[in-house]
Amino acid sequence: MSALLDIAALTIRFGGLVAVNRVDIKIEKGELVGLIGPNGAGKTTCFNMLTGVYEPTSGTICLEGKNINGLAPHQICSKGVARTFQNIRLFKSMTVLENLLVSLHRERGYSLAEALFGLGRFGKREQEMRTKAMEILRMLGLDHRAHLPASSLPYGEQRKVEIARALATSPKLLLLDEPAAGMNPSETAQLAKDIQKIRKDFDITVLLIEHDMSLVMKICERIYVLDYGQLIAQGKPEEIKRDPRVIEAYLGGGLGGEQHA
Amino acid sequence: MNYLDYLIPLLQLLCMNVILAASLNVINGYCGLFSIGHAGFFAIGAYAAAAGSKLLMPEFAAAQPALALIACVMIGAAAAGLAGLVVGIPCLRLTGDYLAIATVGFGEIIRIVLLNTEAVGASRGFPGIVLLTGKWFPLWVLLFTVGSLYFIHRLMRSSTGRAILSIREDEIAARSMGINVRFYKTFAFVVGAFFAGLSGGFFAHHSQFIHPSNFNFMISVMVLLMIVVGGMGSQMGAVLGAIIVTLLPEALRFSETLSSIRMLIFGLIMILVVLWQPQGLMGFYRKLFATRKAEHA
Repeated sequence: MSALLDIAALTIRFGGLVAVNRVDIKIEKGELVGLIGPNGAGKTTCFNMLTGVYEPTSGTICLEGKNINGLAPHQICSKGVARTFQNIRLFKSMTVLENLLVSLHRERGYSLAEALFGLGRFGKREQEMRTKAMEILRMLGLDHRAHLPASSLPYGEQRKVEIARALATSPKLLLLDEPAAGMNPSETAQLAKDIQKIRKDFDITVLLIEHDMSLVMKICERIYVLDYGQLIAQGKPEEIKRDPRVIEAYLGGGLGGEQHA
Repeated sequence: MNYLDYLIPLLQLLCMNVILAASLNVINGYCGLFSIGHAGFFAIGAYAAAAGSKLLMPEFAAAQPALALIACVMIGAAAAGLAGLVVGIPCLRLTGDYLAIATVGFGEIIRIVLLNTEAVGASRGFPGIVLLTGKWFPLWVLLFTVGSLYFIHRLMRSSTGRAILSIREDEIAARSMGINVRFYKTFAFVVGAFFAGLSGGFFAHHSQFIHPSNFNFMISVMVLLMIVVGGMGSQMGAVLGAIIVTLLPEALRFSETLSSIRMLIFGLIMILVVLWQPQGLMGFYRKLFATRKAEHA
């Protein structure tokens, strides 16, 4: 059986700048994989190509053996890839529940005419969608916030709503873009538990971009490291921690470790 | 003097403006597209309905005025909806100011095309549209106004409505959550155009004579003013805005000076609203309500 996600020689150029250069990533079903690297290494650019926001210059992205290159973002979403955003992008003036209902739009299962006249499957399906959204919120401990405007929630909870909203699209692969950004250590610890719980409860595969090494090293089974658009290392967390190229990329090299912070 | 002769046409006009404002609110308020070419769709609806009742089915109109009226306004609405589709597909690639400019251009193109089309009277206008259903006409207008508001309301309470709102809130996120943004932008645009055309169909029968100058840029601005005053993205706001903008010139009638500078007054209102209450009347109401609630808590 082919891997859930198979990225081969993925490259994107913006003019003369090669932002991501011949990156290969392979993720099996059920894995929790980290993607790390210094600022500007091309991590989010990879996510944007994976979700169809950017079209790669060359290379292939295969989901369950099928090429998803060049599909529009909403089509990729319907193939089972969902994401969160580094800078929170909630539907601010809509309620938390409505945010999730937008993700459930694809499976509404009623026609426009039924909606306009309030007949047929409309009422039942709307109720089912609400129940499903509430269930996801409950699993993430957000159900008491369901009817508040998304923008009124504290920062950490807004990040969780982002994850909940992505989960509502019923993804096979969940891409988390710096979910711990701006969180304090105790919130981060809680997030680590949440991510592991989500993976188990929803039976999904997770690819995680994160700067918080404590989180990445704790929960990821495998890690890919990007620097200047190149894949410089991959492996288990312990291997990554010791990898000289990774240390160099993060701490700067060439001075034989004598550099002062 | 019979007050009803003054009041009923005024209320008819008010109903048409309510439909116009509610329809622009779908595009600008709910979907977050900035369109100011609404007079164009209004004109297409009016001319198509007029052509329908006068050229296409004069005998039928004489025999079955009520059915003919419904058929004609639906022709107007469908024609405007189709125009919305044709304009929307290329123009909705644009965003923000660029879209606004394109829609202004569209509105003007329609007016100038009508001004030069002999079949609909060109610059002489389109005369002799029969007031179908006679004294029952106001009831039909009211019925269709309530119907339009109801259907827009239902639409916005459905999943499709949430998809439209999500585009206004954050286009990139909407796309990533599986919303076909281009489709729903076009859809919102077509819905807005459709109801503007419906309003136009009634306008043609209401005035019985239409001229391209009835559909100039000022009409688009007036409709925009309605939803700005009322509060973008609120159906109640659109209705309130339509009422204020329609009735204000009537209230100014007692003074010739004031009514001759009513455009200045409209402009001033727009500036003041945008400066102090950008969320419009409904935003003001919500704020008031929220403070009250906070005081009680």
